[in-house]
Amino acid sequence: MYRYDKTDQQIINERVTQYRDQISRHLAGELTTDELRPLRLQNGLYIQRHGPMLRIAIPYGMLAAAQLRKLAEISRRYDRAVGHFTTRQNMQLNWPQFEETPAILAELASVQMHAVQTSGNCVRNITSDHFAGIAPDELTDPRPYCELLRQWSTFHPEFAFLPRKFKIAVNAAAVDRAVIRAHDIGLDLVLDDDGEIGFRVFVGGGLGRTPILGKVVREFLPRRHLLSYLDAILRLYNRYGRRDNMYKARIKILVQALGIEEFSRQVEAEWSQLKDGPTTVPDAEFARLAGHFNPPAWETLPAEDPLHAARIRTDRAFAHWVRRCVHAHKTPGYAAVTLSLKAPGVAPGDISDAQMRAVADLAERFSFGEVRVSHEQNLVLADVRQRDLHELWQIARSHRLTTANIGLLTDMICCPGGDLCALANARSTPIAEAVHQKFDDLDYLHDIGDISLNISGCMNSCGHHHVANIGILGVDKNDEEWYQITIGGQQGNAAAIGKVIGPSFYAQEVPSVIEALIAVYLENRTDSERFIDTLQRIGIDPFKARAYAGRDRRRTAKVDSREKEVVNA
Amino acid sequence: MPRIIKNRQIVEDDWQVLALAAGETPDTVPLPAAPVLLPLSVWQARRDEIIARAAPLGVWLDSHEGPEALAGDIDRFTVIGVNFPKFTDGRSYSSARLLRERYGYGGEIRALGDVLQDQLFYMQRCGIDAYALRADKDMEKALAGLSVFSEAYQAAVDQPQPLFQRRPVQEPT
Repeated sequence: MYRYDKTDQQIINERVTQYRDQISRHLAGELTTDELRPLRLQNGLYIQRHGPMLRIAIPYGMLAAAQLRKLAEISRRYDRAVGHFTTRQNMQLNWPQFEETPAILAELASVQMHAVQTSGNCVRNITSDHFAGIAPDELTDPRPYCELLRQWSTFHPEFAFLPRKFKIAVNAAAVDRAVIRAHDIGLDLVLDDDGEIGFRVFVGGGLGRTPILGKVVREFLPRRHLLSYLDAILRLYNRYGRRDNMYKARIKILVQALGIEEFSRQVEAEWSQLKDGPTTVPDAEFARLAGHFNPPAWETLPAEDPLHAARIRTDRAFAHWVRRCVHAHKTPGYAAVTLSLKAPGVAPGDISDAQMRAVADLAERFSFGEVRVSHEQNLVLADVRQRDLHELWQIARSHRLTTANIGLLTDMICCPGGDLCALANARSTPIAEAVHQKFDDLDYLHDIGDISLNISGCMNSCGHHHVANIGILGVDKNDEEWYQITIGGQQGNAAAIGKVIGPSFYAQEVPSVIEALIAVYLENRTDSERFIDTLQRIGIDPFKARAYAGRDRRRTAKVDSREKEVVNA
Repeated sequence: MPRIIKNRQIVEDDWQVLALAAGETPDTVPLPAAPVLLPLSVWQARRDEIIARAAPLGVWLDSHEGPEALAGDIDRFTVIGVNFPKFTDGRSYSSARLLRERYGYGGEIRALGDVLQDQLFYMQRCGIDAYALRADKDMEKALAGLSVFSEAYQAAVDQPQPLFQRRPVQEPT
């Protein structure tokens, strides 16, 4: 993974000094609350329901074991010994003390970490495929490009005060695992007819209150022009994005207003002035960055390890886990492992300090000392020998990290919701827990098969409910928590936004509504169909009818007009 | 005399800033004695009259006004102000870069409005070289804002080569 040189380290150290000074000036009354707010947000510090929340950057989800140990130490020393992984592959600490946040940033800097631009109206953490570098369906490793973008976006002087937040994701695989079309800019690594590496550039995607999938703004951008082209897009957005209405300030609204053709024309016009300038990236820089992501020392192994195959035959629990949590690796004899952070009784994405240390140990012992965070809020050990899987599983199981539910109904993406987040309209983690309780039979979950269920506590859509097969959105009606359900969304190459099935439900209804939706699927599916396939074949109506059958609709109402997207607190 | 930060020092400065009050129009507003930074609308309405005054010329762009409007006259101006109505309104960063990098403006670019210590570093990188700090802030202390970082990744006005073109070869730490 990328390791800082002296200059990178110096920049991050100076950031800590700057932030410490800002906090002390604030405490001395020289920097008002309103003046500090955008500054602390660009260091990941929110003021939440119960106090501060600190969002720590994990660039494109890559963590070294030593960094994860540091996170464990920080969570124990400065928080409540628990961290929460987010859909931007970051980690949130929910109970830090305001005055201690400079010390936390200094601790992070000691292991080449920071909280730079994890919030605020600026370019946020670059996200990517959690199987980057090892996926069999990958064109090339996306991480050197992610790191180039991390550096370009870090303290970009022109784009620190954009109309609104700005999210970029990079995919290089045949199957998009980074939801790039749900981003302000989505970058798809492709080859042109001459075999040159470049990007198909999507723009104007985003979830939130107006979910839109990104549109192609350029079919092929040679990689050397990446930064000048992004400068052109960001400059247009900085100058012409709406600033009068925060709900219409994302770039997707500008793209919509101009139309993609006109937007593209304006980008090209601006870019023509910037193209081939000093920001053109030479091959030597790509090579330097790629050198940081050289493959680890994989051994030459047989494609199928006989001992592993035998264990799958004899150990049913292990076989279940392998089926859901072990993934293909491009190198024979190796596999990637997902450690599920979706065990029943635990908020999705939450991890204790003891688990962090355990994962760091597992990474060092079995996977070259590296860990990845997936945007689905799980952890990945990317380079495990097949023959080690059983031992790894046994150790991970003792830390409750082997729930065999990856890609199944209970592998829910879920925001922290109203229990912690000041923006939320409703709680989300109790809904996740209720789903766990309703669907507690693993055999049944395996029978239902591949499905996504995502939960957001408000329109900001941190839980990505719009792109889930079943999406649950918390809404506030007259100070009561209600839940609106969408179906038919999906991520991946056929990314789609789900459709609302009708009036919202109260919390206690949600598990049985999900059960009803699942029942329609099970009754109608053919042998090979997933939930989404059946839904697309038979349409939304049978699902809708079953979801509302026998329910007393007098208790429901239209979504309250007060329900709205809220910006950073 | 009022003071501003200019070229990283605190200096006395006698430029005034004209803003149109309610009811005033660009065509009829009385022009104060030079040196004065005029609103773009006044410059556009009375260009010839202003040039005829044969005094140092100044104009200021609000954050929604692009430097394109000054393109043909850029070398006439001694000072161009770029306004930050709120420090969270980032449009004038783009205006400043365009003035320097696209229109080749070599005179003074002055940040006006909600100008605060913690934005000075970015402003400087975008080619702003004078800062009319918000009146309630301590100018001596604010100077520190210009040297928060000793290095930067991106190409910008103060350093036209991005770090990747200049990065010394070193072993990772």
